[in-house]
Formats: sequence, C-alpha cells, structure tokens
Amino acid sequence: MNFWYDPVNFIAHWLTSLLTGWGVAGWIASVIIQLIGVVLLISLMMVFDIFLVWVERKVVARFQDRLGPNRVGPFGIFQPFADIIKLIIKEDITPAGADKVVYNLAPILSMMSVLLLWAIIPLAPVIFGVDLNVGALYIVAAGSIGTLSIIMAAWSSNNKYALIGAFRQVAVLISFEIPMIATMLIPTILAGSMGMNEIVQGQQTVWYVVLAPMAAIIFMIAAIAELGRSPFDLNEAESEIVAGFHIEYTGMKFGLFFAGELLHAFTFGGFWAILFLGGYHFFGLENLGPLVAVIILLAKAMFGYWVIMWIKYTMMRIRIDHMLAFNWKFLTPLAFVLLMLTALMNTLLRGTSTGVYILGMLLTNVLLGWIIVEILRGYSRGERQKTEGVAPATATAHR
Amino acid sequence: MQNDWLYIGLFLVIATLIPVAALVTSWLVSPKKNNPIKQSTYECGMETVGENWIQFKAQYYIFALVFLVFDVETVFLFPWAVSLGKLSLFAVLEGIVFVLILIAGLVYAWRKGMLEWV
Repeated sequence: MNFWYDPVNFIAHWLTSLLTGWGVAGWIASVIIQLIGVVLLISLMMVFDIFLVWVERKVVARFQDRLGPNRVGPFGIFQPFADIIKLIIKEDITPAGADKVVYNLAPILSMMSVLLLWAIIPLAPVIFGVDLNVGALYIVAAGSIGTLSIIMAAWSSNNKYALIGAFRQVAVLISFEIPMIATMLIPTILAGSMGMNEIVQGQQTVWYVVLAPMAAIIFMIAAIAELGRSPFDLNEAESEIVAGFHIEYTGMKFGLFFAGELLHAFTFGGFWAILFLGGYHFFGLENLGPLVAVIILLAKAMFGYWVIMWIKYTMMRIRIDHMLAFNWKFLTPLAFVLLMLTALMNTLLRGTSTGVYILGMLLTNVLLGWIIVEILRGYSRGERQKTEGVAPATATAHR
Repeated sequence: MQNDWLYIGLFLVIATLIPVAALVTSWLVSPKKNNPIKQSTYECGMETVGENWIQFKAQYYIFALVFLVFDVETVFLFPWAVSLGKLSLFAVLEGIVFVLILIAGLVYAWRKGMLEWV
C-alpha cells in the first residue's frame, strides 16, 4: 500500500509500528491512533465551518444583488475569523433565574449532534471515520440530539418567547422527521444496506437521483425543515422579531448555535449528495486517488448546500399551521406511497436488465409526480373557487 | 465491530470537549461586569408581563403522539427495507400492507380533526 492510494491505512500502520516499537501495547496503540483520527476530523470540520460562514455571506449577498464582505481580506475571506474573535471576546450575559447547567449544556449539545454526523460520511472509498452498518439510523438518532438541545435552550432561558419559539420549532422538527426517514429508506432499499459506504458503492452504475427523483426532492424539503432554515425557520424572526429559542444567548454560545446551524446545513447537503447524487462517484474520476474522491464529494456537498441556500434566500417564511398541514397531509402520505411503489417496482423489475430497471423506476416516479401535480391543481382550483366564485380564471384575462 | 463503536464513543467525547474548549476560551478572555438590568429577561425592551412558564398548548401533545406512532413504524420498516432485495413478492406485499394499515390510522386522525392547529 502506498500513500497516494490509501493514505489513512498507510499513516495508521506507520504510527502503529512506531508506537509498538516504543513498547506500547497493541490495543492502546490502536486506541491512540483512533483518537488522533477523531481529533483530526473534528478539527478539520470546525475549521471548515468557519469557511462556510464566508460562503454563506457571499452567496446571500449575491442573491440580494450586493457584494457581501470584501474588506477584511482578499474577497473578504478573513471576515469569519473576525466574527469568531468578536464572539469570543463578548461578555457572557446569563439571564437571572436561568437554569445554569442546562443553559450552558444546550449549545454544546447542539454542536455535538452536528459533529457526530461526520463520523460516518465516506469521503473516499478508503477515507471515512467508521463504516457503521446502521448508518441511516445513526443519522436520525444523532440528529435528534439537536432537537433536544433546542428545548433545553428555551426552557432554561427563563423567557416565554424563547419557549413559544422552541415549542413551534420542535413541533416542526419532529413532524418533518417522518418524511425524511421514509425517503431515507429508499436508497436503503435500492442499495440493500443501511451503511453509507454500501449506499455509495451501489451508485456505481447509476445515481439514485435517476432511479428515485421524487425521493430526492422530498428528502431535500424535509431536510431543509429539519435544519430549521427558511422557509421553515420559526426560530428566527418569528418570536416577536427576536431570535427565538436563542434570545438569551450571547457571545460564543450564540456562535456555537449559529456555526452549528451552518455546519448542519452543509452536512445535510453532504447526505443529499451521498444518498442521491452518487457520493464520490463521478464517471470513474474517483479512481485516480482518494484525494480526488474527497474533492468530488465536497463539491457535491457544496452543490447541495447551495441548493439549500438558494431556497432559503428565495422563498418566504411559511406559517406554522400551513407548515404542519403540509407535512402531515401531503408529505407524509406522499413519502409512504413513494416507499410502497419503490418497493413494489424494485421487486417486480428485479431480474430484468439494467436499462429496463432504470426506465421502470424513473417512469414510476414521473407518473407519481404527475398524479401529485394534478391533485394539487385540483385542490388549489377548489380553494380558488371558494374565494373567487366558480368563474374560470381566464375569463377576463384577454382583451 | 467493537472497534467501530469505540470510534463513535471517542467521537462523542471529543465532539463534546471541543465546543467546551471554545466556551472556556471565551470565558477566559471575556469581560465579566454583571448588573441586574443586564441580566433581566428580554421582552422587547419592556418589563415582563405575567409568569415566565406559560401554558402548554395541547395541540403539541397530539402532534408528538402522531409522530411517535410513525417513528416507531419507520424503525420497524428498516429491517424490511434492508432485506428487500432477497424477499419474495409475498413478503414485499406484506410490508406494504403494514404501511397501508398505518396510513389508514393517519387518515382516521385527519378526518377526526386531530391534525388541525386550532
């Protein structure tokens, strides 16, 4: 094995031989090497998080037809460092009557739940944290710690507006977990395993976005709601124009919430890329070396993050009852119907050739999408006729 | 397999320690000048009105209950989905019947008005 094609194992073997040469027991050496790997991965992610702040501010500026930060360095690239330094040196104001332990634990748990997700992301065929065989379930479980931290933050803040905002936010978060899990089951079906590595390997011939485009769309919508970003961001600017569940947080604690939200968005862009856009596969280019595969995956994750930002800065906020009705009356039945159809078509088309399989799955999704659009048109026509009367909409449109 | 979960355990510990390190850095260098006005609860710039722990709206409980049912259902669907490639058509249809029964439960809750936000 050489360094270019298998860097992680190369370094691990070299370190093991070094440590056992010094007389360290075998298992202690392996624990130390795992510890080094963990610290490296988490540190890289926190540094990358700072870069994401710059990306977010530049992109939002371009969407709003302005330039964004461009003073602090070339193209404003040192702006996030200035932000982090400012947040660190700000005074830490704890509200009177706040529950100290829970109040301080909430931002830590929020950041921890996002960092935990990076343990299972396959950056390259040989570079990943750990290849869990229950990867999809692990994503859901680790993501729920973030939901818990929102209620912890609001309840301990001794502030009724934080509480209202957090109740609504958590109601939305748990509601949108159902379509997210249901659409995460679809790559599981197509790959035959929950592990992230197997799901990416299963996309060698064709990406799952071709086999199940509706699942990709529903997963993206549910993931945006899970992140608490627009158009589902009840925790910002909804609770009386102030910051929702993190009203009473200042300084670095707020910085952890804020940076955690951006990293969470990028992580879910990464999961969208892994589950549906083929992970590090790109027409055979990933075989050039693990570094190329990492760059391909990060580019796809950045594309997913860009789609999330695009939706955030284009659409208006949705009201809480519309949001919950959208989930329980539209997305959940749709996700389960899609799951049943995918399972059925997968079984029926199992033995046929690749081309027939791809075409069959694609046509099922397109047919389901067309039926859904027709249902939505009928529903909105009914709603419009209730408010405007039964006259057709084009009667007075032409002169 | 035991090594995988040891990695996750280490990840949990380190992922908690690094934000704690960030907060400790902030605590070391930030000024600490407390006064009662700064520490009072924020309510758009005025004195707070009423108790701070408001009444809990019952509708949240209904949504949490419906979420619980569907969450447990999806956890049960994971083994079915993983082994779908090796199952016969009968087993696939059985799983589909399971999902249909739970969708019938959702339709019942819908018609009873439990999914309204009043």
